[in-house]
Amino acid sequence: MTAERKMRINDVQVKFEEGETVLACARRAGVRIPTLCHFDGLSDIGACRLCLVEVEGSAQLAASCVTRAEPGMVIRCHTTRLAEYRKVILELLLAERNHVCSVCVANGNCELQDLATEHQIDHVRFDYQFPALGVDLSHGQFGVDHNRCILCTRCVRVCDEIEGAHTWDVAGRGGTSRVITDLAQPWGESQTCTSCGKCVELCPTGALFPRGTSVGGLVRDRGRIELAMAHRRHESCHG
Amino acid sequence: MSPDDLDGIAARENASRKPIQIRCCTAAGCLAVGAESVRRELQGVLEQHPLRDQTEVIGVGCMRLCGFGPLVRRDPDGTTFAGVRPADAPAIIAGQGPELTPLDMHQPFFRNQKSVVLANCGIVDPERIESTIAAGGYRGLRDALTLHSPAEIVQFVTRSGLRGRGGAGYPTGVKWSIVAGSTDPNKHVICNADEGDPGAFKDRTILESDPHRVMEGMVIAGYATGARTGYVYVRGEHPLVTDRLQKAIDQAREFGLLGTDILGRGLIFDIEIRVGAGAYVCGEETALIASIEGGRGIPHPRPPYPGKVGLWGAPTLINNVETYANIGAIVENGPDWYSAIGTPTSRGTKVFSVAGRVVRTGLVEVPMGTPLREIVEVMCGGAPKGARIKAVQTGGPAGGFVPEPLLDTPVDYEAMAAIGSIVGSGGMIVLDETTDMVEMARFFMDFCRDESCGKCIPCRTGTVQMHGLLERIGRREGTRADVLRLELLADVVRHTSLCGLGRSAPNPVTSSLRHFRGDYEEKLRGGPKS
Repeated sequence: MTAERKMRINDVQVKFEEGETVLACARRAGVRIPTLCHFDGLSDIGACRLCLVEVEGSAQLAASCVTRAEPGMVIRCHTTRLAEYRKVILELLLAERNHVCSVCVANGNCELQDLATEHQIDHVRFDYQFPALGVDLSHGQFGVDHNRCILCTRCVRVCDEIEGAHTWDVAGRGGTSRVITDLAQPWGESQTCTSCGKCVELCPTGALFPRGTSVGGLVRDRGRIELAMAHRRHESCHG
Repeated sequence: MSPDDLDGIAARENASRKPIQIRCCTAAGCLAVGAESVRRELQGVLEQHPLRDQTEVIGVGCMRLCGFGPLVRRDPDGTTFAGVRPADAPAIIAGQGPELTPLDMHQPFFRNQKSVVLANCGIVDPERIESTIAAGGYRGLRDALTLHSPAEIVQFVTRSGLRGRGGAGYPTGVKWSIVAGSTDPNKHVICNADEGDPGAFKDRTILESDPHRVMEGMVIAGYATGARTGYVYVRGEHPLVTDRLQKAIDQAREFGLLGTDILGRGLIFDIEIRVGAGAYVCGEETALIASIEGGRGIPHPRPPYPGKVGLWGAPTLINNVETYANIGAIVENGPDWYSAIGTPTSRGTKVFSVAGRVVRTGLVEVPMGTPLREIVEVMCGGAPKGARIKAVQTGGPAGGFVPEPLLDTPVDYEAMAAIGSIVGSGGMIVLDETTDMVEMARFFMDFCRDESCGKCIPCRTGTVQMHGLLERIGRREGTRADVLRLELLADVVRHTSLCGLGRSAPNPVTSSLRHFRGDYEEKLRGGPKS
């Protein structure tokens, strides 16, 4: 007899399906786990580390987006330690490039800003790096401001996995990593970009934006992408 | 080729040896100080020399005392000369000369070594497979194929107690049995030769000196696990390894020791080289696999572990160079022979490359459990010019500093972990009393910052911030609050990073703060706490 597919998340008993992630289970159970690189329908990479949770009996923290639920698992998502770690990770992001909300297109519509508010970040304990990075406005409809990019690679994955163009990728390494279009050519000269705009929709910050957007003017409409993703999931299940 | 042919090749090779052999080290360390011109001169002088019919010059691998190269040994008596110049050639061939002082081969540096992995280093010509076979190469493979089932070989490795020599010390037998246990017909064997720790050069030296020993271990692994393809992932900065390994692979194919009918027993296994492009993180197994697949060398979360889902999704056995180099000897001599060496939890021998502020720089192979002091003071002669040793750094950027008073700690996975360092892959850097530990920590953090792949936030940005804090403290502009920040970041980066690089990147900082807090205090603005 196989063990019953039940686990505990923050003392809530949760049933799960084979292969489900801890993050998916937590969401169904109404337990909020913060995420940045995760987006429903895209492959998970476990990169932002905000969704780390404590697993009873394990010395290591687990990224809930890439951890499969197992029978009898006991998960804690909101300990003092995790809260501090998440806060530090967010502060590190805020200090890494340029995230001055008051002059950003995404002000008021930014996942990083929302997370900072949620984690009550009123100051940053680390030195602001403010590297002088470029803004690429060569594309007719969209722009990319590398100063706002947090390297979550949602743009890379949505372009590859949903649009099928793989225009975006990452170049360089460590702190000098950059998202690039094609072989690091200007976006406007990309031969693969279909100008579908999915990357812009999924960008959590103001790094990718429709041209002509002013401060705080970014409006997101992720409905059509979520629809496309749901359709694709349906096809892969029943097709 | 049949199993018995190995003996024939060995006999022919031994019969063709001339009575006097002059062995000239051609590993990278000696080549860097002119070994090639020494060898050419020896060769040239010999052509006109009365002893030419009884003498031959052989290029061999590492003779271990790397800091005193070029090294040349005159066999059969084994007289060894250090710092040889081309002008010394006539005297070496004649076996005498006023200007030549042979090395004392009974000194602890040589006497206290226990050779398993390095048994043929400095003896065989790494560019001729016959030379290796004459020295007993591939006998372990022959025994495996003719005397044991694959399951028995996995049992042997498990019973030997061998643990991963890449640094983490995971039980090798467990890895082998996971891959062997999979019913997937498509499996792979990978040798991790992406040695990149500052100060570590033992994998490079093993492959430059005796590539067939590593390949033999991989073929046995293929037999034991059912994998048919092997890859050696070689660091791009080690071109000599790539050259010699490719020659060795070509020769092994020619001799039927790789291919579709190995030793005439129907075993199918072949090896290919993959050359890295200079990223340290590609030594992390999931990044290494991504790199072989042709992708960016960035790590992926585990589980799944490569033993279940590895290269191109297939079960993959991935071990370090030195781990494979132990396998042939374990099969040939039996697991009990191997487990009799070392300590109860750390069996066998360990190869270290000793460098830094030390009299005798080079390669040592010692039984596990040997105290660090024995290695750095007795064997390697301590710090030069009578200086005091301050600490020994083990394990590279993932390791830590062992302060002088703790040098009696045995080289054992658990004992080293208990004092905040690791056995590591084999780099050992000796630091003397003039070393500034804040600067050392900054050096290693700079390395990690530069080598971080950039995928996960804590490693990508945390190492940058920690490096900035160490720089500030180094400039004597740091405050007590900066040390607290450093400790906070060390905790966060260690516990939240995605892969081993980030998780161990804070080690040099935490270990220097633990053992040498004074070096930090003394630099803080306002001076040390009174």
